[in-house]
Amino acid sequence: MKKIAYSNLDVCFAAIAKTKTLYLPMADGVDEKRGAKYTKWTPEVTYTADAVNTVRSAKDFFFPQVERMTNFKVDGKKIEIEDIRKECEDFVVFGVRACDAASFDILDSVYLAEPIDSYYQNRREHGVVVTMACTKPSETCFCSVFGIDAARPAGDVTCWRDGDLVLLQANTEKGEALLLELPMLEDTAENAADKVIASIETMLEKLPLKDLSTDAFGGDKLMKLFDSEKWADLSEACLGCGTCTFVCPTCQCYDIRDYDTGHGVQRFRCWDSCMYWEFTKTAGGQPRPTQLERFRQRFMHKLVYYPANNDGKFGCVGCGRCMKSCPISMNIVKVMKTLEEEHE
Amino acid sequence: MQDTMKKRASELLADGTIARVLGWKNGEFVYDPTPAVFDSAEELEEGFVYHDFCGNNLSKYLIKLSRLEGKTLVFLKPCDSYSFNQLLTEHRIIRENVYIIGIPCDGKLDPDFVRASGAEGILGITTDGDTIVVDTMYGNVTLQKNACLLERCRNCKSHQVMVYDEILGENGEINEACGRFDEVEKLESMTSDERYAFWRNELSRCIRCNACRNICPACSCEMCVFDNPASGVSQKAAADSFEENMFHIIRAFHVAGRCTDCGECSRVCPQHIPLHLLNRKFIKDINTFYGEYQAGAEAGSRSPLVNFTQDDCEPNIVCKGGSK
Amino acid sequence: MREEMLIPKIGVVTDIRIDTPDVKTFRVVGLDGKKVFEHMPGQCAMLSIPGVGEGMFSITSSPTNTEFMEFSIKKCGCLTSWLHMMEVGQQVTIRGPYGKNFPVETELKGKNLLFIAGGIGLAPLRSVINYCRDKHENYGSLHIVYGSRSADDLVDYQEILNEWMTDENVHVDLTIDRPQEGWDGHVGFIPSYVEELKPDLDRTVLICGPPIMIKFTLEGLKKLGFQESQVYTTMELRMKCGIGKCGRCNIGDKYVCKDGPVFRFDELSELPNEY
Repeated sequence: MKKIAYSNLDVCFAAIAKTKTLYLPMADGVDEKRGAKYTKWTPEVTYTADAVNTVRSAKDFFFPQVERMTNFKVDGKKIEIEDIRKECEDFVVFGVRACDAASFDILDSVYLAEPIDSYYQNRREHGVVVTMACTKPSETCFCSVFGIDAARPAGDVTCWRDGDLVLLQANTEKGEALLLELPMLEDTAENAADKVIASIETMLEKLPLKDLSTDAFGGDKLMKLFDSEKWADLSEACLGCGTCTFVCPTCQCYDIRDYDTGHGVQRFRCWDSCMYWEFTKTAGGQPRPTQLERFRQRFMHKLVYYPANNDGKFGCVGCGRCMKSCPISMNIVKVMKTLEEEHE
Repeated sequence: MQDTMKKRASELLADGTIARVLGWKNGEFVYDPTPAVFDSAEELEEGFVYHDFCGNNLSKYLIKLSRLEGKTLVFLKPCDSYSFNQLLTEHRIIRENVYIIGIPCDGKLDPDFVRASGAEGILGITTDGDTIVVDTMYGNVTLQKNACLLERCRNCKSHQVMVYDEILGENGEINEACGRFDEVEKLESMTSDERYAFWRNELSRCIRCNACRNICPACSCEMCVFDNPASGVSQKAAADSFEENMFHIIRAFHVAGRCTDCGECSRVCPQHIPLHLLNRKFIKDINTFYGEYQAGAEAGSRSPLVNFTQDDCEPNIVCKGGSK
Repeated sequence: MREEMLIPKIGVVTDIRIDTPDVKTFRVVGLDGKKVFEHMPGQCAMLSIPGVGEGMFSITSSPTNTEFMEFSIKKCGCLTSWLHMMEVGQQVTIRGPYGKNFPVETELKGKNLLFIAGGIGLAPLRSVINYCRDKHENYGSLHIVYGSRSADDLVDYQEILNEWMTDENVHVDLTIDRPQEGWDGHVGFIPSYVEELKPDLDRTVLICGPPIMIKFTLEGLKKLGFQESQVYTTMELRMKCGIGKCGRCNIGDKYVCKDGPVFRFDELSELPNEY
């Protein structure tokens, strides 16, 4: 295990930034209400260690909101395809929380399954994830419900903040390679983080949502949950916007669209939301005609369909972003608690 | 107030005046109620709440609910009543099918501001006059209520419920000196380059979730132009960031003269873009060019932008960007 | 750079056949004049006109056709309207093949088959029919029930008349929805026609058509004594990727693009009725 003084982190950041692009959570300078966002590090950027979570998740780094896939040149009846993919630059994302780190596993299970998505794989291979254990979780945090340990987050490197110290532990070859590039780190005892881990665990015990139960959910409960009468009440105020989807670290649906620039066509993909009315609309029909079906799809996907296809693992990491962002304050916790009542 | 509302709603349900109640349902925490329909006194008893975090404007839901059989009771705060009137003006709500109880409001709170003021891990909140005490996982925090108000409540334009069948308590008054255009004036005093930079920066954060559009009572089109694949500007993030910027500007134009300044767009924006400033600029300009006008103040009023009078200013004044 | 399924290949339209007032069949080969890829009956491909959009279409031609692929496409939306405006020589983009095929090499082998198709629903079944005809030694007899709105809407009527009806291993029953001058065949909807025909219960059934036709035909088949486990169909939902990632074509936990489009009805009946 390595250590460095918290006040010295900038030296560390500068060293990383010499060879790789470094991103870390930074408070928005204009309005404190805005919360933290991932920002490219420069000497002027101050790392925000206190923010539990960035407003947008870290999925953007591997699955950006918009990315160009191919270009086409159209000339009369002829089409030319231009493969515009390039090897991604090396980058480091610093300060990722345990929930977001766990979300990468869920994204991996989709995008790295055969046939592999080369756009995603490219970024994943070139990105190093440095996580930061949560010392001050929010009341909306419930990652432990899905077996995620906020005191011991995954990632290529795990960090803990212990007062004036930052402790660093490499978990993978990529992580070890990164730490080797940082001579300013000092060695410390392998169990140096034990004390801070224990204090985080005490804090996690106090989280109001820690006892949320997943017993009523899973791949084997498909028809019972699908047919529940509760969906009507749960979805009645839903606006059909995409906020929950877009702030969610595990939502991975996308749309593919063409943009005609006038001198060539750019094919791009962008995030899409099953909450949108036209998500499944075709010229021939609409299998999800009202917001009820669309709303149900989002939660069924996370709580039933995804587990059915992934050995019982849930498609939520309990980051709590949807709880903070939904315009009508409807969210997966309310859905789970409501459906759970029926289960009993 | 909550108990009075529940009692009155139950009475109206019992005597058959109304078939359902549109209100707010208690949330997981103290700050996250959800708009909900209650069909019985039991449901009201179980879940109905009204407190400092009931910011949601309920008017837009009445487009659907007023088409159901039987009357819907709705509780309208002063700012919500403007939106209701505007929807009436646009023939989107069937007035006869709605029973309105006006309720006073002295400002709603924004949980994001509570957090930003230093309270993370919120377990409970109690209001005590001008201060609020937040019980957090990390101890109690006392905050000034003013610092935690929703953006729109900081410059509340009116405490007056503009349309109602009955009202609980005393009706308030329009707040002429609310200062809601102060921020707009600041933007106007910028150079055009500065202003352009300001908006590019703000709008660059947009994630195109459509929350602002979907919550907006003025956005009640059957199909939005941004959802029409044939329009060439159909929703979602585009390859071109310029389009992201245009989305909000086009939307502001679409609601110009119809926006009631209810501030829901800014409340719901997950990226905290001050969208209300675009709309307020239009309201301010309309006031300047055509005389004081606030959409929703009076049902059936004609917006100056769709009305011609001989006193209208010459178009070239508008072209000059407002310098008379 | 690694291979990427989402980047298409170029296809050239070498022949366009007008089948009905709103169905055309497009013959597509690669730039080298050969088939762009091999497929099995029931599998699909993504066709696109850059700038207009991309869509999933079933491959109508049989894999036994070694020269080209064919797509029978009904004009009903934005992309299909564009495709219908194409002329011979037009290039399109194409990627695939996608999805599970009809189990022609496993469960269907050695079986007597019953094909029930409505309208453009014949497109995916035509691939199977011609595959089974070309490899007739592997299959029993083929019974085809095909119907459409009118005689003019029967897709590639010439092939039905000249090839299928003259094939001793094939029996064809045609029907149209309403009486029409010059039509002396059966008139009536497919579900009731199938019940009238009382097909042999030992047949494995492959059915494709509008959802409402499938629903009533299945009910009729069950009344006659068919089991859900002997009936296959092929589904169509909105798709963007075709490889189980974009997340919109699911029925419950199954993705139509990769777990389908071919489903057996006993599998489908365990899933939500959301299609």
